[in-house]
Amino acid sequence: MKAAEEGMKASIADRPVKRNRRLPKMNWRGALAVAAFFLAWHFLVLLKAPGFREIASPIEVLNTFLTQYIGNPKYWNSWVASFKRVIYGFVLAQVLGIPLGLLLGTRETFHNLVYPVIEILRPIPPLAWVPISILFWPTTELSIIFITFIGAFFIIVINVHDAVRNIKKEHYWLALSLGANGGQVFRRIMIPSVIPSIAVGMTLGMAVTWNVVIAAEMIAGDNGLGRLTWEGYVSHTVTVVIIGMISIGLAGYLSTIGVDYLEKKMMPWRGTR
Amino acid sequence: MNTAALKGELTVKGLRKWYHRRDQAPVHVLEDCSFRIEPGKLTVVMGTSGCGKSTLAYILCGYIGPDEGQVLMDGQPVKEPGSDRIMVFQETALWPWMTVMENVVFGPLAKSRAGRDEATRKALELLRKFGLSEFKDKYPGQLSGGMKRRAELAQALINSPKLMVLDEPFRGLDVMTRELMQEYYIKLFEETRLTTVFITSELEEAIFLADRILIMGGTPSRIVRSLEVDLPRPRTFDVLATERYLEIKKEALEVLYGESMQQQTMAC
Ligand SMILES: Nc1ncnc2c1ncn2[C@@H]1O[C@H](COP(=O)(O)OP(=O)(O)OP(=O)(O)O)[C@@H](O)[C@H]1O
Ligand SMILES: [Mg+2]
Repeated sequence: MKAAEEGMKASIADRPVKRNRRLPKMNWRGALAVAAFFLAWHFLVLLKAPGFREIASPIEVLNTFLTQYIGNPKYWNSWVASFKRVIYGFVLAQVLGIPLGLLLGTRETFHNLVYPVIEILRPIPPLAWVPISILFWPTTELSIIFITFIGAFFIIVINVHDAVRNIKKEHYWLALSLGANGGQVFRRIMIPSVIPSIAVGMTLGMAVTWNVVIAAEMIAGDNGLGRLTWEGYVSHTVTVVIIGMISIGLAGYLSTIGVDYLEKKMMPWRGTR
Repeated sequence: MNTAALKGELTVKGLRKWYHRRDQAPVHVLEDCSFRIEPGKLTVVMGTSGCGKSTLAYILCGYIGPDEGQVLMDGQPVKEPGSDRIMVFQETALWPWMTVMENVVFGPLAKSRAGRDEATRKALELLRKFGLSEFKDKYPGQLSGGMKRRAELAQALINSPKLMVLDEPFRGLDVMTRELMQEYYIKLFEETRLTTVFITSELEEAIFLADRILIMGGTPSRIVRSLEVDLPRPRTFDVLATERYLEIKKEALEVLYGESMQQQTMAC
């Protein structure tokens, strides 16, 4: 046998599949494009191009931001308010949606009973829930959180449900042949198999959550980044509208970074590719 | 009963299998398959693509049930997956979220026969034997095809099963790796003498490895022929140049040729 071992090591010169490591590099083209965007905006406003008469220039926006907003607690409270809603809605959606997706995917009777209801509720856009939600929940805050939750909830349920149903049978069979019991199969096979889909559900869910929160704040809120933007519009202060928009963009971007980080932690086997 | 004789002996009686699909006519895959897998022997199952080899293998391991017929392992009916039988699947079934080491120690730890230290020690020994010790902390996605196959062999062997079913394990490997794997695998088999069902569609591979070849054919498939391969063991690729090898090959080709002729005429 010894000879075979040696032979095996020496002869099969197969190496692990090589993968490029991507080093985080400054994206010059991207930076250039951003600069070009602000320049174009500036000159279009300066030249009073059609549609741009009422728009503030980037300089004005920056000026307003530095003088009136950067040190203004009300502005930062808008950030906090919106982030809170996003996080509550998002986390609640995951905490309730993941187990429900798992149940739907594994229990046939439960699936037959509950899935049709989900299929009916799922196509209803989260914003269509606004009136009912306001009537139902005692406070505006709760109704906004609820609508946010709705946005992410169905996405994660469907993603987990599909993932459970598409787990390769071989993955289960192998575990059973190696003597695993039901609990072990659940923890070591089923949960890790659906993690990639949970990750997809979280990415999509996070995007939807910001969409929904901003719209809901415009309709029903009395604070938050959506409200800030809307108040700017109502009071004809374009600089505020633009500050609101850029803030929302940044907030969404930061959330994506957070979710990406979480996903990498959840899937160590992916990071090595 | 002589317990020494009971080691992964399979008796297969009158298997019939249909796949039932929603909104479509059921596919009749297996018809009256009856055969015996002798303990300590390597039985090769051959057949054309799509003839139901994998289906038969799943039934032998208890992953799916036949519509009719029975599989007996050492006299006991096979009804569900069990840790005395294991399959190396056609497509790799290593769990991508576990490292090679975690994949290999899964069996011993699941059955909690052994502590983690003991399991790890045994796994390391096997991985070294399979030339994989440097890759124990890699994930399957980082391994080449041949390495995956070896990791799967280690994962199966650490559990000391009584029966091993290999479903076209070397399909998709390049010619060089394939030959090396065959050479390596036959040494492994001759050392362990683990009762094995080896599925392949390559005739040379079949004769090189087998004690007996079962040829599947017909639609729905049944076992149309059983060939004894009495080439001496231990074997090396030198047997491929012997008279006896050529005789067996000729006989097998006649059966296979007859089968494919029949399929052709059926298709016309
Ligand atoms: N789950 C399934 N549902 C319906 N039909 C199936 C299913 N699995 C396999 N079949 C059909 O049954 C037949 C036998 O399939 P099987 O995979 O057992 O063949 P095989 O000999 O292993 O083929 P291959 O050489 O491609 O591995 C094929 O015609 C296939 O299309
Ligand atoms: Mg197959």
